[in-house]
Amino acid sequence: MKRSILLITAMLIFSIFAAGCSAKSSSGGKKEEITVYTAIEDNQIPAYMDAFEKAYPNIKVSLVRDSTGIIAAKLLAEKDNPVADIVWGQGITSLMPLDEAGLLEPYNPKNIDQIMPDFKDKANPVHWVGMDGYMATFAVNTVELKKKGLPVPKSYQDLLEPKYKGLISMPNPASSGTGFLTVSAFLQLMGEDQGWEYMDKLHQNIGIYTHSGSKPAKQAGEGEFPIGISFDYPSFKEKESGAPIEVVFPKEGSGWEMEATALIKKTKIKKAAKTFMDFVTTKEFLELVNKNFAVVSEDLGNPLPEGYPQDLLTKQLIKNDFQWAGKQREAIVGEWTKRFDSKSEPKEE
Amino acid sequence: MLTEETVLKPSEVTVQNTIDKRKIRQKTGKAEWFHKSLILLMLLGLIIGIVLPLIQLFLEALKDKNGEYVGFVNFVNYFKTESLVQSMYNTLYISILTGVISVVLAFFYAYALARTQIRWKGLFKYVAFLPLFAPTMMHGIALIYLFGNKGAITTGFFGLFEKIFGSTMGIDIHLYGPVGIVISEVIYTFPQAFLILMVAISVTDYRLYEAAETLGSGKMKKFFTVTIPSIKYGLVSAFFVAFILSFTDFGAPKVVGAQYNVLATDIYKQVVGQQNLSMGSTVGIILIIPALVAFFADRMMQRKQSTSFSSKSVSYKIVKNPWRDKAYFVYCLLISLGVLSLIGAIIAASLVKVWPYNFSLTLEHLTFKNVAGNGLEPYFNSLYVSFITAILGTIIIFFGAYLIEKTRFMKITRQLSYFLSILPLALPGLVIGLAYIFFFNKPVFEVPFIGVYITNPFQSLYGTFMIIILANIIHFYSVNLITATTALKKLDKEFEPVSESMNIPFYKTFCNVTVPMSLPAILEIGIYLFVNSMTTISAVIFLYTADTKLASISIVNMTDAGDTAPAAAMSLIIVLTNILVRVVYEFATKKIRNRAQAWQQR
Repeated sequence: MKRSILLITAMLIFSIFAAGCSAKSSSGGKKEEITVYTAIEDNQIPAYMDAFEKAYPNIKVSLVRDSTGIIAAKLLAEKDNPVADIVWGQGITSLMPLDEAGLLEPYNPKNIDQIMPDFKDKANPVHWVGMDGYMATFAVNTVELKKKGLPVPKSYQDLLEPKYKGLISMPNPASSGTGFLTVSAFLQLMGEDQGWEYMDKLHQNIGIYTHSGSKPAKQAGEGEFPIGISFDYPSFKEKESGAPIEVVFPKEGSGWEMEATALIKKTKIKKAAKTFMDFVTTKEFLELVNKNFAVVSEDLGNPLPEGYPQDLLTKQLIKNDFQWAGKQREAIVGEWTKRFDSKSEPKEE
Repeated sequence: MLTEETVLKPSEVTVQNTIDKRKIRQKTGKAEWFHKSLILLMLLGLIIGIVLPLIQLFLEALKDKNGEYVGFVNFVNYFKTESLVQSMYNTLYISILTGVISVVLAFFYAYALARTQIRWKGLFKYVAFLPLFAPTMMHGIALIYLFGNKGAITTGFFGLFEKIFGSTMGIDIHLYGPVGIVISEVIYTFPQAFLILMVAISVTDYRLYEAAETLGSGKMKKFFTVTIPSIKYGLVSAFFVAFILSFTDFGAPKVVGAQYNVLATDIYKQVVGQQNLSMGSTVGIILIIPALVAFFADRMMQRKQSTSFSSKSVSYKIVKNPWRDKAYFVYCLLISLGVLSLIGAIIAASLVKVWPYNFSLTLEHLTFKNVAGNGLEPYFNSLYVSFITAILGTIIIFFGAYLIEKTRFMKITRQLSYFLSILPLALPGLVIGLAYIFFFNKPVFEVPFIGVYITNPFQSLYGTFMIIILANIIHFYSVNLITATTALKKLDKEFEPVSESMNIPFYKTFCNVTVPMSLPAILEIGIYLFVNSMTTISAVIFLYTADTKLASISIVNMTDAGDTAPAAAMSLIIVLTNILVRVVYEFATKKIRNRAQAWQQR
């Protein structure tokens, strides 16, 4: 009896450890395993991963997908003991602070020469390499606006009109890359003082600030908040799925953001991690990305998809100073939070 | 025996005695040694699971962004930052309001079930418990589908009423903000308040009513002088439970809170949005304080409570009163319909193609393809985690309660263990999660100010299912420990001394007497752990990795990304799983429970 109790206790303790370690020991085998943190939209990931797994069947990738803010927070929290090998498709302005904190490992991927100069780090070897760009758009629900007898807004200035009060949703720049590029575009387009003044007015019309950049487009699709300040991909996607959406490129120009990839500095850099870095600069991969993004980091010679303005690269996209935006990110987000996130009093109607 | 002994010569007697004594001492010595080491092991476990992570969290709150110790600067900054202080007021406002509404609603509901002769009592009871089976985000999501800007009720069933009645009859309650949070929290806390009040109401002594009647008191007077005073501790306890639950809840404000900030979402935003871990920890510490105060106040109240219920008490006799019954029936019906309409909205949202433009049915949302989840994988992860949590947790918690309640050694150590075991009741899940990141992901501990470094032996747990299971067990430790302790207290204190004096090893008593007699409580703990591990987010939101994502977390991810319909679908799957598990459990264990409870019946 005594022995059996001991045995049970021992088995119990063993099973605790076994359960604890199973996540690691299961990776045994011959496959090399890397952990990739990514902020790429979920529905885009399967196609990319299929291509990667086809090319490198011996590498097992575990993906952690979350919004830009969470990915950055995770990487910072795990600074002393990094879990990730790669951060993939992270908004450049939140990648820059990570670089400054010394979290990124310099590495020149194989096809680095093919990448357009604006889309890679100036250092050599590069700390990060871009894969695509996305830009601010409005997703506007035409059915809901028609019901209310309102015209479709065409510019940032239009959004200030009192008739749109409570109908607009916008991503929170503290957690969303789209939110930040929008705010940084206001500041770069209008200058700091006027930019903040503009946002003060816009705030009066905002119905809700969202956590992610794609949610405003989806909410516009549902009609919950018929005007969504979002970005191009989910806006067009929502339209395709059958929601009554018109995609508007604001007259003043669109703020934009680059999604970039980088190696995480670790005591041992895995070979498979470098292979992954090489992969994200290949033409094959960027062709796939081009299906979701009008702008990718290499000139593939493909025409712009329908619905985009023809002068996209030359005129619609604003001259975006990523260096400035990355450096100022904390200050801008802090100021924004102080001004708008804190107005916590229940809205008086 | 006695006569034999008296016959024995004195010398022989002493020999006999010493032999016996030695024998007995040896036996107890072993049991004592074993008990003592188990008690120490329990204390060690509690220190590792609760105290050390909390210390780490506290140290983190004393650091600035670069990891330098700066004293209480973060706390000073906190109280200087208007927006953050505002969140504190908001949180207090929400929790107090929730507590009051929830207790009032639950009181009349419990009253109806205990003191009236309404029909459908069984049904009403089950419906009241339904919200327990759902993650709190589900209430928020359901409210959006009912009361959001394009909600069914806001728009008068999408203009259907307008066609029929000529008016939309829509009601806009301005859901996003405090209104939405309070409604969600009331739904979330209602079952818990109801449970406490139901117990309180059903133990009232009817003789008091008879006495009041004899003295000629009216109905109102009886209500305020007999009914309310006899359940005042239940009322206070229910209020505190509702208060703490809504004070620390994260799911509902996340979904319907909009710009109305509360402390729980502040932590998330500080940590996740602004990567300000030290301010996140600071808010975490602040979040503990009121919960701790409420917790101690509740403990104090409970200590004061003396039972007015004795063996002479007479159980309540329900007087016939059709009008009262009708009123209460309508009341219960309305509340039940409210709860059911939430589930209904979730079912509808899960099955409809494009809400509110295309109401054709589809199973597309249940595949979780192309959305911010990882298909059904998080769901299976959740099942795994909940199952292991239930098994391991039940063993650890029941054994912990046994050691505290039924052993005789090291009283102070046991009392300390009891205090630590009850402490998690006042710890918000977010705080546990945050503390665990800091504690389990540190390769080396630096003991502050003296420069000593210790390698972290637990670091390998980080990023595994085990850390999530551990966080869950600690998160739900106290409630279940109380359940176990209550069950153990019912057992006669003399079982252990008697079996010890009969030279029966304690584990035999434990296996043959203690466990079988407490089986209903043990099973109840298991099911509680399972259901709650399926629905919790707060403790695990900071702890998951790619391989260990849970269903509840994928709901948060999906609502964040705007994929509300799949989020509703995932909530629905969780609710159905929990109901299924509960029903299977009820049927499967009916016999066992009846047999185990047979000793309590005559």
